[in-house]
Amino acid sequence: MTIAVKQRQKMRFRGKSFLAMVLTPDLPIGSWLAEVDRILSRSPGFFVGRPIVLDCSSPNAESIDFPELLALLGERGIQVMGIEGISETTLGPGMPPVITGGRSAGDFDPAEDKARKSSPRKPFTPREPEPKARQTSGLLIDQPVRSGQSIVFPDGDVTIIGSVSSGAEVIAGGSVHVYGALRGRAMAGTTGADNARIFCSKLDAELVAINGLYKTAEDIGPDHLKKSVQIQLEFEDLIIVNL
Amino acid sequence: MATVIVVTSGKGGVGKTTSTAALAAALAANGDRVCAIDFDVGLRNLDLVMGAERRVVFDLVNVVRGEAKIQQALVRDKRLDSLYLLPASQTRDKDALTEDGVASVISELRSNFDWVICDSPAGIERGASLAMRFADKAVVVSNPEVSSVRDCDRIIGLLDSKTEVAERGENMPKHLLITRYDRARAKTGDMLPVEDILDILSIPLIGIVPESKEVLRASNIGAPVTIASEDSAPAKAYQQAAKRLEGAEIPVTIPNEGTGLFNKIFRRRAA
Repeated sequence: MTIAVKQRQKMRFRGKSFLAMVLTPDLPIGSWLAEVDRILSRSPGFFVGRPIVLDCSSPNAESIDFPELLALLGERGIQVMGIEGISETTLGPGMPPVITGGRSAGDFDPAEDKARKSSPRKPFTPREPEPKARQTSGLLIDQPVRSGQSIVFPDGDVTIIGSVSSGAEVIAGGSVHVYGALRGRAMAGTTGADNARIFCSKLDAELVAINGLYKTAEDIGPDHLKKSVQIQLEFEDLIIVNL
Repeated sequence: MATVIVVTSGKGGVGKTTSTAALAAALAANGDRVCAIDFDVGLRNLDLVMGAERRVVFDLVNVVRGEAKIQQALVRDKRLDSLYLLPASQTRDKDALTEDGVASVISELRSNFDWVICDSPAGIERGASLAMRFADKAVVVSNPEVSSVRDCDRIIGLLDSKTEVAERGENMPKHLLITRYDRARAKTGDMLPVEDILDILSIPLIGIVPESKEVLRASNIGAPVTIASEDSAPAKAYQQAAKRLEGAEIPVTIPNEGTGLFNKIFRRRAA
Protein backbone atom coordinates (compact mmCIF):
# COMPACT_ATOMS: atom_id res chain seq x y z
CA MET A 1 0.00 0.00 0.00
CA THR A 2 1.31 3.38 -0.82
CA ILE A 3 0.42 6.48 1.05
CA ALA A 4 0.69 9.71 -0.84
CA VAL A 5 2.60 12.10 1.35
CA LYS A 6 1.65 15.63 0.54
CA GLN A 7 4.80 17.64 -0.04
CA ARG A 8 4.78 20.79 2.01
CA GLN A 9 5.30 23.90 -0.02
CA LYS A 10 8.21 25.92 1.24
CA MET A 11 7.29 29.43 2.14
CA ARG A 12 9.74 32.23 2.82
CA PHE A 13 9.23 35.51 4.54
CA ARG A 14 11.85 38.03 3.72
CA GLY A 15 12.31 41.71 4.22
CA LYS A 16 13.71 43.97 1.54
CA SER A 17 14.05 47.69 1.43
CA PHE A 18 13.57 49.82 -1.64
CA LEU A 19 14.09 53.46 -2.30
CA ALA A 20 10.84 55.25 -3.03
CA MET A 21 10.38 58.84 -4.10
CA VAL A 22 8.21 60.80 -1.71
CA LEU A 23 5.89 63.51 -3.04
CA THR A 24 4.25 65.96 -0.67
CA PRO A 25 0.97 67.23 -2.10
CA ASP A 26 0.36 70.86 -1.22
CA LEU A 27 -2.74 73.01 -1.23
CA PRO A 28 -4.10 74.32 -3.48
CA ILE A 29 -3.85 71.01 -5.24
CA GLY A 30 -4.26 72.65 -8.66
CA SER A 31 -1.01 74.61 -8.48
CA TRP A 32 0.83 71.65 -7.00
CA LEU A 33 -0.28 69.54 -9.99
CA ALA A 34 0.86 72.35 -12.28
CA GLU A 35 4.35 71.97 -10.79
CA VAL A 36 4.17 68.20 -11.42
CA ASP A 37 3.18 68.95 -15.01
CA ARG A 38 6.13 71.32 -15.35
CA ILE A 39 8.53 68.53 -14.30
CA LEU A 40 6.82 66.14 -16.73
CA SER A 41 7.11 68.62 -19.59
CA ARG A 42 10.88 68.84 -19.03
CA SER A 43 11.42 65.10 -18.64
CA PRO A 44 8.37 63.05 -19.65
CA GLY A 45 9.69 59.79 -18.28
CA PHE A 46 10.61 61.17 -14.87
CA PHE A 47 8.06 59.20 -12.84
CA VAL A 48 7.96 56.10 -15.05
CA GLY A 49 8.76 52.91 -13.17
CA ARG A 50 9.50 54.77 -9.94
CA PRO A 51 7.85 53.73 -6.72
CA ILE A 52 6.05 56.84 -5.47
CA VAL A 53 4.88 57.49 -1.93
CA LEU A 54 2.65 60.42 -0.98
CA ASP A 55 3.55 62.15 2.28
CA CYS A 56 0.34 63.60 3.71
CA SER A 57 1.53 64.29 7.24
CA SER A 58 1.11 68.07 6.97
CA PRO A 59 -2.04 69.30 8.73
CA ASN A 60 -3.66 70.85 5.65
CA ALA A 61 -3.41 67.53 3.81
CA GLU A 62 -6.59 66.46 5.63
CA SER A 63 -8.77 68.36 3.17
CA ILE A 64 -7.29 66.56 0.14
CA ASP A 65 -9.78 64.50 -1.86
CA PHE A 66 -7.70 61.35 -2.22
CA PRO A 67 -9.70 59.44 -4.86
CA GLU A 68 -9.60 62.52 -7.08
CA LEU A 69 -5.89 63.18 -6.47
CA LEU A 70 -4.97 59.56 -7.19
CA ALA A 71 -7.00 59.66 -10.41
CA LEU A 72 -5.28 62.90 -11.49
CA LEU A 73 -1.84 61.43 -10.77
CA GLY A 74 -2.81 58.25 -12.60
CA GLU A 75 -3.64 60.29 -15.68
CA ARG A 76 -0.07 61.56 -15.60
CA GLY A 77 1.34 58.04 -15.36
CA ILE A 78 2.24 58.34 -11.67
CA GLN A 79 1.54 55.12 -9.77
CA VAL A 80 1.27 55.66 -6.02
CA MET A 81 2.43 52.63 -4.02
CA GLY A 82 1.63 53.93 -0.57
CA ILE A 83 0.49 56.90 1.45
CA GLU A 84 2.31 58.11 4.53
CA GLY A 85 1.01 60.13 7.44
CA ILE A 86 -2.76 59.63 7.32
CA SER A 87 -5.14 57.36 9.18
CA GLU A 88 -6.31 54.18 7.50
CA THR A 89 -9.95 55.20 7.81
CA THR A 90 -9.41 58.00 5.30
CA LEU A 91 -8.61 55.51 2.58
CA GLY A 92 -11.25 53.50 0.76
CA PRO A 93 -10.95 50.10 -0.91
CA GLY A 94 -8.77 49.91 -3.99
CA MET A 95 -6.51 52.68 -2.79
CA PRO A 96 -2.83 52.32 -1.90
CA PRO A 97 -2.04 51.19 1.66
CA VAL A 98 -0.92 53.40 4.51
CA ILE A 99 2.79 52.95 5.14
CA THR A 100 4.84 53.96 8.15
CA GLY A 101 8.38 53.77 9.41
CA GLY A 102 10.09 55.31 6.39
CA ARG A 103 13.62 56.62 6.75
CA SER A 104 14.58 59.62 4.76
CA ALA A 105 17.31 59.21 2.15
CA GLY A 106 18.09 62.73 1.03
CA ASP A 107 16.48 64.98 -1.54
CA PHE A 108 15.86 63.97 -5.09
CA ASP A 109 16.89 66.60 -7.61
CA PRO A 110 14.99 66.34 -10.90
CA ALA A 111 17.54 68.54 -12.72
CA GLU A 112 20.43 66.30 -11.75
CA ASP A 113 18.46 63.26 -12.71
CA LYS A 114 17.82 64.74 -16.15
CA ALA A 115 21.51 65.47 -16.60
CA ARG A 116 22.38 61.94 -15.65
CA LYS A 117 19.96 60.54 -18.21
CA SER A 118 21.09 62.73 -21.08
CA SER A 119 24.82 62.31 -20.55
CA PRO A 120 26.46 59.37 -22.36
CA ARG A 121 26.97 56.33 -20.21
CA LYS A 122 30.26 56.36 -18.38
CA PRO A 123 32.61 53.45 -18.97
CA PHE A 124 32.53 50.92 -16.16
CA THR A 125 35.08 51.60 -13.48
CA PRO A 126 35.60 49.30 -10.55
CA ARG A 127 34.16 50.73 -7.38
CA GLU A 128 36.64 51.99 -4.89
CA PRO A 129 37.07 49.58 -2.03
CA GLU A 130 35.13 50.65 1.03
CA PRO A 131 37.06 51.61 4.14
CA LYS A 132 38.48 48.57 5.88
CA ALA A 133 36.71 49.12 9.19
CA ARG A 134 33.41 48.72 7.44
CA GLN A 135 34.38 45.54 5.66
CA THR A 136 35.34 43.76 8.84
CA SER A 137 32.32 45.08 10.69
CA GLY A 138 31.00 42.57 13.15
CA LEU A 139 29.42 42.64 16.56
CA LEU A 140 31.19 40.95 19.45
CA ILE A 141 29.30 40.24 22.66
CA ASP A 142 31.40 38.79 25.45
CA GLN A 143 28.64 37.90 27.87
CA PRO A 144 25.67 35.53 27.76
CA VAL A 145 22.55 36.70 25.93
CA ARG A 146 19.77 36.36 28.49
CA SER A 147 16.14 35.41 28.03
CA GLY A 148 14.16 38.37 26.68
CA GLN A 149 17.20 40.07 25.17
CA SER A 150 17.37 40.61 21.46
CA ILE A 151 20.58 41.26 19.56
CA VAL A 152 19.88 42.77 16.14
CA PHE A 153 22.80 43.53 13.83
CA PRO A 154 21.87 43.78 10.14
CA ASP A 155 25.33 44.95 9.04
CA GLY A 156 27.34 41.76 9.49
CA ASP A 157 28.31 38.86 11.70
CA VAL A 158 27.48 38.50 15.37
CA THR A 159 29.86 36.63 17.65
CA ILE A 160 28.74 35.71 21.14
CA ILE A 161 31.14 34.44 23.76
CA GLY A 162 28.69 32.79 26.12
CA SER A 163 25.32 31.16 25.78
CA VAL A 164 22.13 32.37 24.12
CA SER A 165 19.36 31.53 26.56
CA SER A 166 15.92 30.16 25.88
CA GLY A 167 13.73 33.15 25.02
CA ALA A 168 16.60 35.24 23.69
CA GLU A 169 17.23 35.98 20.02
CA VAL A 170 20.17 36.90 17.83
CA ILE A 171 19.45 38.40 14.43
CA ALA A 172 22.36 39.05 12.09
CA GLY A 173 22.71 40.20 8.52
CA GLY A 174 25.73 37.90 8.27
CA SER A 175 26.61 34.76 10.20
CA VAL A 176 25.97 33.99 13.85
CA HIS A 177 28.77 32.49 15.96
CA VAL A 178 27.94 31.27 19.45
CA TYR A 179 30.78 30.06 21.65
CA GLY A 180 28.44 28.46 24.14
CA ALA A 181 25.05 26.82 24.13
CA LEU A 182 22.46 28.12 21.67
CA ARG A 183 19.13 27.66 23.44
CA GLY A 184 17.20 30.60 22.02
CA ARG A 185 16.67 31.72 18.43
CA ALA A 186 19.34 32.52 15.91
CA MET A 187 18.57 34.13 12.57
CA ALA A 188 21.43 34.63 10.15
CA GLY A 189 21.53 36.23 6.72
CA THR A 190 18.39 38.24 7.36
CA THR A 191 19.26 40.81 4.73
CA GLY A 192 19.29 38.19 2.00
CA ALA A 193 22.65 36.48 2.43
CA ASP A 194 22.30 32.83 1.41
CA ASN A 195 25.92 32.16 2.35
CA ALA A 196 25.44 33.16 6.00
CA ARG A 197 25.90 30.38 8.54
CA ILE A 198 25.16 29.66 12.17
CA PHE A 199 27.85 28.14 14.36
CA CYS A 200 27.43 27.06 17.94
CA SER A 201 29.28 24.86 20.41
CA LYS A 202 26.07 23.28 21.74
CA LEU A 203 22.88 23.22 19.72
CA ASP A 204 19.69 23.31 21.76
CA ALA A 205 17.93 26.07 19.83
CA GLU A 206 14.25 26.97 19.75
CA LEU A 207 14.62 28.13 16.17
CA VAL A 208 17.39 28.59 13.64
CA ALA A 209 16.95 30.46 10.37
CA ILE A 210 19.12 31.51 7.46
CA ASN A 211 17.74 34.05 5.02
CA GLY A 212 14.17 33.31 6.00
CA LEU A 213 14.31 29.51 5.88
CA TYR A 214 13.90 28.13 9.34
CA LYS A 215 13.90 25.00 11.46
CA THR A 216 12.31 24.75 14.89
CA ALA A 217 13.59 22.58 17.72
CA GLU A 218 11.27 19.76 16.62
CA ASP A 219 12.86 19.63 13.17
CA ILE A 220 16.38 19.32 14.52
CA GLY A 221 17.39 15.69 14.55
CA PRO A 222 18.63 14.00 17.74
CA ASP A 223 22.04 13.49 16.10
CA HIS A 224 22.69 17.21 16.27
CA LEU A 225 21.11 18.10 19.61
CA LYS A 226 23.58 19.34 22.22
CA LYS A 227 26.36 18.95 19.67
CA SER A 228 28.79 21.46 18.26
CA VAL A 229 27.39 22.26 14.81
CA GLN A 230 27.30 24.56 11.86
CA ILE A 231 24.12 25.30 9.98
CA GLN A 232 24.14 26.38 6.36
CA LEU A 233 21.79 26.85 3.45
CA GLU A 234 22.12 24.39 0.57
CA PHE A 235 19.65 24.24 -2.30
CA GLU A 236 16.84 25.87 -0.37
CA ASP A 237 17.35 23.59 2.59
CA LEU A 238 18.89 24.09 6.00
CA ILE A 239 21.72 21.63 6.52
CA ILE A 240 23.06 20.93 9.98
CA VAL A 241 26.56 19.50 10.16
CA ASN A 242 28.24 18.35 13.35
CA LEU A 243 31.64 19.94 13.78
CA MET B 1 28.10 52.10 54.50
CA ALA B 2 25.63 49.35 53.85
CA THR B 3 25.72 46.81 51.08
CA VAL B 4 22.37 46.85 49.30
CA ILE B 5 21.20 43.41 48.16
CA VAL B 6 18.15 42.70 46.05
CA VAL B 7 16.50 39.30 46.38
CA THR B 8 14.76 38.66 43.09
CA SER B 9 13.58 35.89 40.77
CA GLY B 10 11.03 37.05 38.22
CA LYS B 11 8.71 34.17 38.96
CA GLY B 12 6.40 34.19 41.96
CA GLY B 13 6.31 31.60 44.72
CA VAL B 14 9.91 30.47 44.46
CA GLY B 15 10.84 31.74 47.93
CA LYS B 16 12.05 35.34 47.62
CA THR B 17 10.33 36.53 50.78
CA THR B 18 11.31 33.46 52.79
CA SER B 19 14.89 33.84 51.62
CA THR B 20 14.96 37.57 52.35
CA ALA B 21 13.81 36.94 55.93
CA ALA B 22 16.19 34.02 56.44
CA LEU B 23 19.23 35.80 55.00
CA ALA B 24 18.46 39.02 56.88
CA ALA B 25 18.17 37.12 60.17
CA ALA B 26 21.33 35.11 59.44
CA LEU B 27 23.30 38.30 58.73
CA ALA B 28 21.88 40.04 61.81
CA ALA B 29 22.65 37.04 64.05
CA ASN B 30 26.31 38.02 64.34
CA GLY B 31 25.54 41.63 65.23
CA ASP B 32 25.45 43.33 61.84
CA ARG B 33 22.76 45.97 61.49
CA VAL B 34 20.35 44.70 58.85
CA CYS B 35 17.29 46.30 57.28
CA ALA B 36 14.91 44.24 55.16
CA ILE B 37 12.67 46.25 52.80
CA ASP B 38 9.48 44.81 51.37
CA PHE B 39 8.98 46.17 47.84
CA ASP B 40 5.86 44.11 47.22
CA VAL B 41 3.50 47.06 47.60
CA GLY B 42 -0.09 45.85 47.60
CA LEU B 43 0.80 42.22 48.37
CA ARG B 44 3.08 42.53 51.35
CA ASN B 45 4.19 39.35 53.08
CA LEU B 46 7.59 40.00 54.58
CA ASP B 47 6.00 41.43 57.73
CA LEU B 48 4.12 38.12 58.24
CA VAL B 49 7.16 35.94 57.61
CA MET B 50 9.16 38.05 60.06
CA GLY B 51 6.33 38.13 62.59
CA ALA B 52 6.02 41.92 62.61
CA GLU B 53 2.55 42.34 61.11
CA ARG B 54 0.97 43.61 64.32
CA ARG B 55 3.51 46.36 64.78
CA VAL B 56 3.38 48.07 61.37
CA VAL B 57 2.36 51.73 61.66
CA PHE B 58 3.94 53.51 58.70
CA ASP B 59 5.22 51.87 55.53
CA LEU B 60 7.53 52.31 52.55
CA VAL B 61 4.96 54.33 50.58
CA ASN B 62 4.51 56.77 53.48
CA VAL B 63 8.27 57.26 53.63
CA VAL B 64 8.69 57.59 49.84
CA ARG B 65 5.95 60.24 49.81
CA GLY B 66 7.45 62.09 52.75
CA GLU B 67 4.47 61.40 55.01
CA ALA B 68 6.62 59.68 57.63
CA LYS B 69 10.29 59.51 58.59
CA ILE B 70 12.21 56.29 58.08
CA GLN B 71 12.70 55.92 61.84
CA GLN B 72 8.92 55.93 62.29
CA ALA B 73 8.38 53.25 59.68
CA LEU B 74 11.18 50.83 60.67
CA VAL B 75 9.99 47.89 62.77
CA ARG B 76 12.60 46.30 65.00
CA ASP B 77 12.63 42.52 65.27
CA LYS B 78 11.65 41.14 68.68
CA ARG B 79 14.33 38.43 68.70
CA LEU B 80 17.29 40.14 67.06
CA ASP B 81 18.10 43.69 68.14
CA SER B 82 19.99 44.56 64.98
CA LEU B 83 17.31 43.37 62.53
CA TYR B 84 14.80 45.88 61.16
CA LEU B 85 11.95 45.72 58.67
CA LEU B 86 10.67 48.47 56.40
CA PRO B 87 7.25 47.12 55.47
CA ALA B 88 5.35 47.66 52.21
CA SER B 89 1.96 49.28 52.05
CA GLN B 90 -0.92 46.86 51.63
CA THR B 91 -3.49 49.43 50.49
CA ARG B 92 -1.60 51.01 47.61
CA ASP B 93 -0.17 49.60 44.42
CA LYS B 94 3.34 49.60 42.96
CA ASP B 95 2.77 52.85 41.06
CA ALA B 96 2.83 54.65 44.42
CA LEU B 97 6.63 54.21 44.44
CA THR B 98 8.73 56.84 42.71
CA GLU B 99 12.32 56.40 41.64
CA ASP B 100 13.52 59.53 43.45
CA GLY B 101 11.66 58.54 46.59
CA VAL B 102 13.15 55.04 46.63
CA ALA B 103 16.61 56.48 45.91
CA SER B 104 16.45 58.77 48.92
CA VAL B 105 15.14 55.99 51.20
CA ILE B 106 17.95 53.64 50.15
CA SER B 107 20.64 56.28 50.51
CA GLU B 108 19.43 57.15 54.03
CA LEU B 109 19.38 53.46 55.00
CA ARG B 110 22.85 52.99 53.52
CA SER B 111 24.41 55.29 56.10
CA ASN B 112 22.64 53.66 59.06
CA PHE B 113 22.95 49.94 58.35
CA ASP B 114 25.50 47.30 57.36
CA TRP B 115 23.10 45.44 55.07
CA VAL B 116 19.97 46.58 53.25
CA ILE B 117 18.04 43.66 51.76
CA CYS B 118 15.34 44.44 49.22
CA ASP B 119 12.62 41.83 48.80
CA SER B 120 11.55 42.21 45.18
CA PRO B 121 8.00 41.47 44.05
CA ALA B 122 7.47 38.90 41.27
CA GLY B 123 7.36 40.13 37.70
CA ILE B 124 9.48 42.61 35.82
CA GLU B 125 7.33 45.69 36.29
CA ARG B 126 7.79 48.84 38.33
CA GLY B 127 8.00 47.24 41.77
CA ALA B 128 10.63 44.72 40.70
CA SER B 129 12.64 47.25 38.70
CA LEU B 130 12.73 49.74 41.59
CA ALA B 131 13.74 47.00 44.03
CA MET B 132 16.82 46.17 41.92
CA ARG B 133 17.54 49.72 40.73
CA PHE B 134 19.91 50.79 43.54
CA ALA B 135 21.30 47.40 44.58
CA ASP B 136 25.02 46.65 44.87
CA LYS B 137 24.56 42.88 44.70
CA ALA B 138 21.79 40.54 43.68
CA VAL B 139 20.62 37.23 45.05
CA VAL B 140 18.71 35.42 42.30
CA VAL B 141 16.34 32.82 43.70
CA SER B 142 15.40 29.85 41.54
CA ASN B 143 13.62 26.55 41.98
CA PRO B 144 15.07 23.53 40.17
CA GLU B 145 12.44 23.80 37.47
CA VAL B 146 12.57 25.17 33.89
CA SER B 147 10.13 28.08 34.03
CA SER B 148 11.72 29.46 37.18
CA VAL B 149 15.18 29.18 35.63
CA ARG B 150 14.13 30.96 32.46
CA ASP B 151 12.54 33.79 34.45
CA CYS B 152 15.76 34.13 36.46
CA ASP B 153 17.65 34.39 33.22
CA ARG B 154 15.40 37.26 32.16
CA ILE B 155 15.93 38.97 35.52
CA ILE B 156 19.71 38.61 35.21
CA GLY B 157 19.44 40.38 31.86
CA LEU B 158 17.61 43.23 33.56
CA LEU B 159 20.12 43.33 36.44
CA ASP B 160 22.82 43.81 33.80
CA SER B 161 21.01 46.64 32.05
CA LYS B 162 18.46 48.45 34.21
CA THR B 163 20.33 48.96 37.47
CA GLU B 164 22.41 51.97 38.50
CA VAL B 165 25.50 49.76 38.79
CA ALA B 166 25.01 48.54 35.21
CA GLU B 167 24.36 52.05 33.92
CA ARG B 168 27.66 53.15 35.43
CA GLY B 169 29.23 50.45 33.24
CA GLU B 170 30.13 48.23 36.17
CA ASN B 171 29.34 44.58 36.66
CA MET B 172 26.57 43.74 39.11
CA PRO B 173 27.67 40.78 41.28
CA LYS B 174 24.96 38.13 41.12
CA HIS B 175 24.55 35.08 43.32
CA LEU B 176 22.30 32.12 42.69
CA LEU B 177 20.26 30.64 45.50
CA ILE B 178 18.45 27.43 44.62
CA THR B 179 15.47 26.79 46.85
CA ARG B 180 13.00 23.91 47.29
CA TYR B 181 15.65 21.38 46.26
CA ASP B 182 14.31 17.87 46.71
CA ARG B 183 16.94 15.16 47.02
CA ALA B 184 14.63 12.27 46.30
CA ARG B 185 13.26 13.89 43.14
CA ALA B 186 16.74 14.88 42.03
CA LYS B 187 17.78 11.23 42.24
CA THR B 188 14.85 10.02 40.12
CA GLY B 189 15.52 12.74 37.54
CA ASP B 190 12.19 14.56 38.09
CA MET B 191 13.99 17.79 38.77
CA LEU B 192 16.35 19.99 36.81
CA PRO B 193 19.87 19.04 37.99
CA VAL B 194 21.89 21.75 39.73
CA GLU B 195 24.62 21.49 37.06
CA ASP B 196 22.08 22.31 34.34
CA ILE B 197 20.80 25.35 36.23
CA LEU B 198 24.35 26.62 36.69
CA ASP B 199 25.07 25.94 33.04
CA ILE B 200 22.04 27.95 31.90
CA LEU B 201 22.37 30.87 34.30
CA SER B 202 26.18 30.90 34.54
CA ILE B 203 26.37 32.86 37.80
CA PRO B 204 28.03 31.68 41.03
CA LEU B 205 26.01 29.58 43.45
CA ILE B 206 25.70 30.70 47.08
CA GLY B 207 23.42 28.02 48.39
CA ILE B 208 21.05 25.15 47.86
CA VAL B 209 18.11 25.19 50.23
CA PRO B 210 16.40 21.81 50.54
CA GLU B 211 12.64 21.48 50.43
CA SER B 212 11.61 21.18 54.06
CA LYS B 213 8.62 21.35 56.35
CA GLU B 214 10.71 23.55 58.62
CA VAL B 215 10.43 26.42 56.12
CA LEU B 216 6.65 26.23 56.09
CA ARG B 217 6.48 25.87 59.86
CA ALA B 218 8.75 28.88 60.33
CA SER B 219 6.69 31.15 58.11
CA ASN B 220 3.50 30.01 59.83
CA ILE B 221 4.85 30.99 63.24
CA GLY B 222 6.15 34.25 61.80
CA ALA B 223 9.87 33.72 62.24
CA PRO B 224 12.68 33.45 59.68
CA VAL B 225 13.73 29.81 59.41
CA THR B 226 17.24 30.74 60.55
CA ILE B 227 15.73 31.80 63.89
CA ALA B 228 12.82 29.35 64.23
CA SER B 229 14.90 26.20 63.80
CA GLU B 230 18.49 27.22 63.42
CA ASP B 231 19.85 23.68 63.24
CA SER B 232 17.58 22.52 60.45
CA ALA B 233 18.95 21.83 56.98
CA PRO B 234 17.35 24.90 55.33
CA ALA B 235 18.56 27.18 58.13
CA LYS B 236 22.10 25.86 57.70
CA ALA B 237 21.91 26.47 53.97
CA TYR B 238 20.83 30.07 54.56
CA GLN B 239 23.50 30.63 57.23
CA GLN B 240 26.16 29.43 54.80
CA ALA B 241 24.72 31.59 52.03
CA ALA B 242 24.90 34.61 54.35
CA LYS B 243 28.55 33.79 55.13
CA ARG B 244 29.28 33.67 51.40
CA LEU B 245 27.61 37.05 50.95
CA GLU B 246 29.98 38.36 53.61
CA GLY B 247 32.83 37.09 51.47
CA ALA B 248 33.67 33.75 53.10
CA GLU B 249 34.77 31.03 50.72
CA ILE B 250 32.87 27.91 51.71
CA PRO B 251 32.20 25.14 49.20
CA VAL B 252 28.49 24.76 48.49
CA THR B 253 27.09 21.46 49.66
CA ILE B 254 23.59 20.09 49.53
CA PRO B 255 22.58 19.92 53.17
CA ASN B 256 20.81 16.72 54.06
CA GLU B 257 17.76 16.48 56.22
CA GLY B 258 19.69 14.92 59.07
CA THR B 259 18.25 11.48 58.29
CA GLY B 260 21.34 9.39 58.82
CA LEU B 261 21.35 5.62 59.08
CA PHE B 262 20.64 5.59 62.81
CA ASN B 263 17.73 7.94 62.46
CA LYS B 264 16.16 5.68 59.85
CA ILE B 265 16.46 2.60 62.01
CA PHE B 266 15.13 4.48 64.98
CA ARG B 267 12.15 5.77 63.02
CA ARG B 268 11.23 2.33 61.79
CA ARG B 269 11.19 0.92 65.28
CA ALA B 270 9.07 3.70 66.61
CA ALA B 271 6.55 3.39 63.80
